[in-house]
Amino acid sequence: MDPFIYAVMQKRASRVKIFIKNGRVVDPSQKIDDICDILIEDDKIKDIRCGVQDKKRKTQASAAAAGSSDTEIIDAAGMLILPGLVDMHVHLREPGFEYKETIKTGTEAAVRGGITSVCCMPNTNPVNDTPGITEFIIKKAAQEGSCSVFPVGAITKRQRGEELAELGMMFDAGCVAFSDDGKPVMDSLVMRRALEYSRIRKAVIISHAEDMSLSAGGVMNEGLLSLTLGLRGIPSQAEEVMIARDIALAELTRGRLHIAHVSTKGSVELVRLAKKRGIADITAETCPHYFSITEDAAEGYNTNAKVNPPLRRKEDLEAIKAGLNDNTIDVIATDHAPHHRDEKLGEFDLAPSGISGFETSIGLSMKLVEAGVLTLDQLIEKMAVNPSRIVGLGKGTLKQGADADLVILDTSTEYTVAAARFRSKGKNTPFEGWKLTARPVATIAKGRIYTWE
Amino acid sequence: MRLRSKDLTGIKDLSAEEIGLILETAAGFKDVLGRDIKKVPALRGRTTVNLFYEPSTRTRTSFEVAAKRLSTDVINIAIPTSSVVKGETLLDTAKTVLALGADIIVIRHNCSGTPHFLAKNINASVVNAGDGTNEHPTQALLDMFTINERKGRIKDLDIAIVGDILHSRVAKSDIYALTKLGAKIRLIGPPALVPDCLKELGAAVYTDMNAGLDGVDVIMMLRIQLERQGKGFFPSTHEYFRNWGLTAARVARAKEDVIIMHPGPMNRGIEIASEVADSSRSVILDQVTNGIAVRMAVLYLVSGVQG
Repeated sequence: MDPFIYAVMQKRASRVKIFIKNGRVVDPSQKIDDICDILIEDDKIKDIRCGVQDKKRKTQASAAAAGSSDTEIIDAAGMLILPGLVDMHVHLREPGFEYKETIKTGTEAAVRGGITSVCCMPNTNPVNDTPGITEFIIKKAAQEGSCSVFPVGAITKRQRGEELAELGMMFDAGCVAFSDDGKPVMDSLVMRRALEYSRIRKAVIISHAEDMSLSAGGVMNEGLLSLTLGLRGIPSQAEEVMIARDIALAELTRGRLHIAHVSTKGSVELVRLAKKRGIADITAETCPHYFSITEDAAEGYNTNAKVNPPLRRKEDLEAIKAGLNDNTIDVIATDHAPHHRDEKLGEFDLAPSGISGFETSIGLSMKLVEAGVLTLDQLIEKMAVNPSRIVGLGKGTLKQGADADLVILDTSTEYTVAAARFRSKGKNTPFEGWKLTARPVATIAKGRIYTWE
Repeated sequence: MRLRSKDLTGIKDLSAEEIGLILETAAGFKDVLGRDIKKVPALRGRTTVNLFYEPSTRTRTSFEVAAKRLSTDVINIAIPTSSVVKGETLLDTAKTVLALGADIIVIRHNCSGTPHFLAKNINASVVNAGDGTNEHPTQALLDMFTINERKGRIKDLDIAIVGDILHSRVAKSDIYALTKLGAKIRLIGPPALVPDCLKELGAAVYTDMNAGLDGVDVIMMLRIQLERQGKGFFPSTHEYFRNWGLTAARVARAKEDVIIMHPGPMNRGIEIASEVADSSRSVILDQVTNGIAVRMAVLYLVSGVQG
């Protein structure tokens, strides 16, 4: 029986020292893939010793184990230990939509998924478009958050796409990036100004690439399936023309552009070409659902498969995988978008878009490693190292002195996805019943150990 | 033989045999409609609820007449008089209707997939009376009935469907029915309303009306939805009529014994010339009459009362 299924999260009392022994540690930032012991002290990585045969390691191990009783010892034999995952695209819904998710429940779900840092999008109510809201989120997260929370500020006031928000003051208040996510900045001049302005503090501008005049109220991918379901379609080109525009603007302004949730083959090609030109510093992300399922998941009017951008076709899915493989796509983020049950239980047209993604992300992404699409190093780069670098968090590493954010994964026990057991308030997943193998058995974030039974 | 499902959500889900069963049953009911006493006790004691979220006169009335001819009690719930405006969810409304004793819920809704959603979530039989731009199965069934009545068959007939295929639930149900019954389909209209991917359904796609109508046995006209005018799918209704309006000259390109169909309500002078609508080739009023017989058959068969 899966011992982790009946999940009641335990927050063990914070100890001064944590000693994790015998696990296989993979940390691309130090080029480590070895059996290592890790000593954590005062929420930092105090020491890391590697090598199975290393006598010094054994000595160190026993020395630490024999140490004072305030050391929590974890035997991670047979487990995989990675830097804590960094998810640069999430919706925590607070303030304003606490019935969907809160900072508390969202971050509990994040650590359940091995995620120790999240960047939360500004489409709350009120929108995070002033330093006051930023400060509220940071304060609330410090009090109630299980993991580190880094707010993303709105590019424009109330995300209306008209006037720039006070980006500098929001940055100083703690915003790490800017985006009108959920909506594009339709006005090209406003986007140009944002990219120019972002250079002052080297904050990345995250583009939700969607030409709203082309998506035209669509609710799924445009094609034969949308036609035969009688649902309004969104062509791939609604995403692609906007990515092309934003790349052009980034090359004009030399601003820092990050393309959110890439879903189409054409988008991958645009980013690949832009990177080859090398004029602007452009990065791109995708989400597990875009490399795991296609538009077919919407058959039968399955509102849990309604997401924006929409799920695409097999050829897009394959192109996304190829883009991950050749590092055209730098980041895997969840775009965790929890919704209330009642909102998804009804008309497809009226259901809100989004997938509750925290608790399936690592399991789905590890499938890419199992299938040989990505190396384990690449996976960690895309789920921890790169997002941390792009938004400037200093996370994604187990180097001595780094924050003690890490995840201990069981990669050999199969389990079944059951939304009812999600920590997230959002049970909206199209992956119900999927069999996955990679699953966190413990996550260490903000100096606390999280385990589940 | 019976229908496999308790519901009629769409033609997509029916087999050719099931369509045949419905048409055969409808033929029997059409005889009833020709009698002095136009009523049978087949569904006495049952309750049919017409749950209409979209304004409709002809379809709702047709279902109402059909239900009454079968001796069921009929309750009409239309959106302006229901509690939907208070923000009740679709499922809550349906459950309420069910609690009131409905055996069959006939639903029309402007969102595609709502009958499927209800069928999955409630125990009563659900009949789709038109959902968004998805399907309008009883309209297609009455169209098949009418073609069969006039032509004696459907297999191998050349059938042109003209107009806004993309947004027409009638066209989609007709395409599925005609395909299952072996007809050859031509879809005619401006490219924005007749997307190329329709070819994947086995239909031929024409933008040229004259070429499309060449030698066809049946012309099915669709209503141009004037409320979509602002979306710019075509420049003007005037230009539309010039290119895709059904005129006598264009009818002449079809077979001599062509029949002309329209699901109504017609926009005279926009998609169809008055002289054509009123001509001897038009079977538009037959469609209305046949609609009652077909809907009787559907209500009867989904109730599962037959032997």
